[in-house]
Amino acid sequence: MSWTRNVLRVNLSNGSITHEPLNMQWANDYLGQRGLATKYLVEEIDPKCDALSPENKMIMTTGPLTGTMASTAGRYSVVTKSPLTGAIACSNSGGYFGNEMKNAGWDMIILEGKSPTPVYLYIENDKAELIPADDLWGKSAWETDELIHSKHQDPMLRIAVVGRAAEKGCLFSAIVNDLHRAAGRSGVGTVMASKNVKAVVLRGTKGVGGISDPAKFFKATEDGKKVLAENAVTGEGLPALGTQVLMNVINEVGALPTHNHREVQFDGASKISGEAMLEVRASDGKANLTTNGACFGCTIACQRISTVDKNHFTVKDKPQYQGNSGGLEFENAWSLGTDCGVDDLDAVTFANFLCNEDAVDPISLGATIAAAMELFEEGAITVKETGGMELKFGSAEALVWATEVTVKGEGFGLDLGMGSKRLCEKYGRPEFSMTVKGQEFPAYDPRGIQGIGLAYATSNRGACHLRGYTVASEILGIPEKTDPLVTEGKAALVKAFQDATAVVDSAGICVFTTFAWTLEDIAPQIDAACEGDWSAERCLEVGERIWNMEREFNLAAGLTAMDDTLPKRLLKDIAAKTGPAKGRVNDLGQMLPEYYQLRGWTPEGVPTDETRMRLGL
Amino acid sequence: MLRSLQIEPEKCTGCLQCEMACSYQAEGVFNPSKSRIKIFSFHEEGRFVPYTCTQCTEAWCMHACPVEAIVLNEATGAKEVIDDICVGCKVCTIACPFGTVNYNQDAGTVYKCDLCGGDPECAKACPTQAITYVDSDHGGLERMRAHAAQNLPQDSAQT
Repeated sequence: MSWTRNVLRVNLSNGSITHEPLNMQWANDYLGQRGLATKYLVEEIDPKCDALSPENKMIMTTGPLTGTMASTAGRYSVVTKSPLTGAIACSNSGGYFGNEMKNAGWDMIILEGKSPTPVYLYIENDKAELIPADDLWGKSAWETDELIHSKHQDPMLRIAVVGRAAEKGCLFSAIVNDLHRAAGRSGVGTVMASKNVKAVVLRGTKGVGGISDPAKFFKATEDGKKVLAENAVTGEGLPALGTQVLMNVINEVGALPTHNHREVQFDGASKISGEAMLEVRASDGKANLTTNGACFGCTIACQRISTVDKNHFTVKDKPQYQGNSGGLEFENAWSLGTDCGVDDLDAVTFANFLCNEDAVDPISLGATIAAAMELFEEGAITVKETGGMELKFGSAEALVWATEVTVKGEGFGLDLGMGSKRLCEKYGRPEFSMTVKGQEFPAYDPRGIQGIGLAYATSNRGACHLRGYTVASEILGIPEKTDPLVTEGKAALVKAFQDATAVVDSAGICVFTTFAWTLEDIAPQIDAACEGDWSAERCLEVGERIWNMEREFNLAAGLTAMDDTLPKRLLKDIAAKTGPAKGRVNDLGQMLPEYYQLRGWTPEGVPTDETRMRLGL
Repeated sequence: MLRSLQIEPEKCTGCLQCEMACSYQAEGVFNPSKSRIKIFSFHEEGRFVPYTCTQCTEAWCMHACPVEAIVLNEATGAKEVIDDICVGCKVCTIACPFGTVNYNQDAGTVYKCDLCGGDPECAKACPTQAITYVDSDHGGLERMRAHAAQNLPQDSAQT
């Protein structure tokens, strides 16, 4: 097994808490976590419902490997309908929360309805209760974490919490656990806050057992760890530099979106790179990076634990920000730094701390601030809206100000909290919004990396690099090198990455393992842990089934093939100005029809009856 | 030759593979809450620190036990709890200055590190060698070597 086979259902409207057995038929078809929880969601909610209404549900979910000794097996996901995109949302987080949920005996926690007053959900193994949280409402994620630990006098609690931004309706609010790990994207935190739930608190002491074949399991997981240790990316690059190993690499290949995607290279990239984080500061003799760290069970350890220079203007008189917190990952350094044209490492690190503190998705925040900076430059936003702040590209002060008002949900921060799409529409320049399905782009430019453009356009949760990370192939040569400037073969590449990633996200492990692992490494670990035969082929079929199920949810929610596109800026209006991709736009039109065909979808992007039958949908 | 667990906190990443290995060996499930070795995370300081029993020679826990349920394993040097004799009085948990003997409410007895009979699982599971199992007489050997290396001429110091 390795599933606990138990689901906790919490009806927030009437306060009832019930236990039910996991649907094992669905577990066989959808594995766990992303796939299985999405199956529950699509069976239980109307895809057309308002994401912030009580009709939406929010599911916290683990995979069959979560809580075991398989490397990186501490993941959990939050599955719900997204208020940012109106599409399916599934946000994955590490830290120690997922493991604790499994140890408390739960595969899944389903939150439904809406509590009449603020509460937090406290779970101690089988015991679960809703506790009033009026005193916590209005507090940051960090304050809430501390107050709950001290109230229960239990330092071993694992807590997932929303911050002030979510309470104020910021549409890209995250859920932060263990202070700086986050189920980050698509506004899953906004949904949690809309249900008047401030935190989910866990204490699990049952242990994770039921490994189907322990001898085989230890062999398979040991083999897997060896592959990770011996791989150049997972064994050396990620521990040393984190995902920030990519800042200079992506800049050099001319795929680093800059100034709200007007350019594809950034002069200041090296100043906010992983290498820069290792440089010793003159002021205190320390580097930005204190150490690397690991999430539960992870033998890669890519986390950045960082400090801001004590003399920097952002923290000078604020001792509470002078300690360590989760530091810059590539995505955050890109969105808050590069995309806003800010090359001040301390300012970008500080802005990221604020995102940790109040549980906000730094990708969407940085990209939205970049859009606002362009609106300011064009005069669509003025100092009247910003209360005097010159919202200029390259201004560290503007970045920090915009971050502060957004995470606290104050003044112009409420506009920024709507996300780039709604912000640009409100101020009359919708073409400035660099989004797909309303979700902001991550750090790779589709003009310099063609395949990722198709991955963004077709991602079920809107623009996202984690739904099909073709960058691995197109830039890093994993599993094999493809030319980033070529469109041929990218439809098949995107499909393969999308399906495989859906399996990884459903197993309880981290997608970063796939820098080194293929399904041939992962399937034996699932197979040894779970009942039944889990071959790589079966895993891939499960992945494809999950992808199509998510697609059908989105279609039922009202999305169409028209939404499988990129902003005009990337398709037509602004070709790459510099670098290897100079003169190129993204040639989505050359890839999308082939992609639909490979998926077994109609030219309108709808799964055919034959495809549905083949996948058992 | 006796061996001891050698802990180097600066190498620890906080992954808890040791806690899972320990609990699996002792309890048959992956259960950090029942691990004999614990990793402490110091968020502000950005440090992870593993901590477990050091197997004191004149062990406070062993001397404090009124029923002689904690005994020396002469082969490993470990102070082991004999579950059948332990009455769960918890005096040893009070006596231990380091907090490394703890009560298990499910079992009604205390538990502590027993070095897995001489082949500690935590050391085997640690991916960064933050926990190693070394000659008890030479726990400082690597640190001595590092300091000694500082006296070498610059170009050969890396060997």
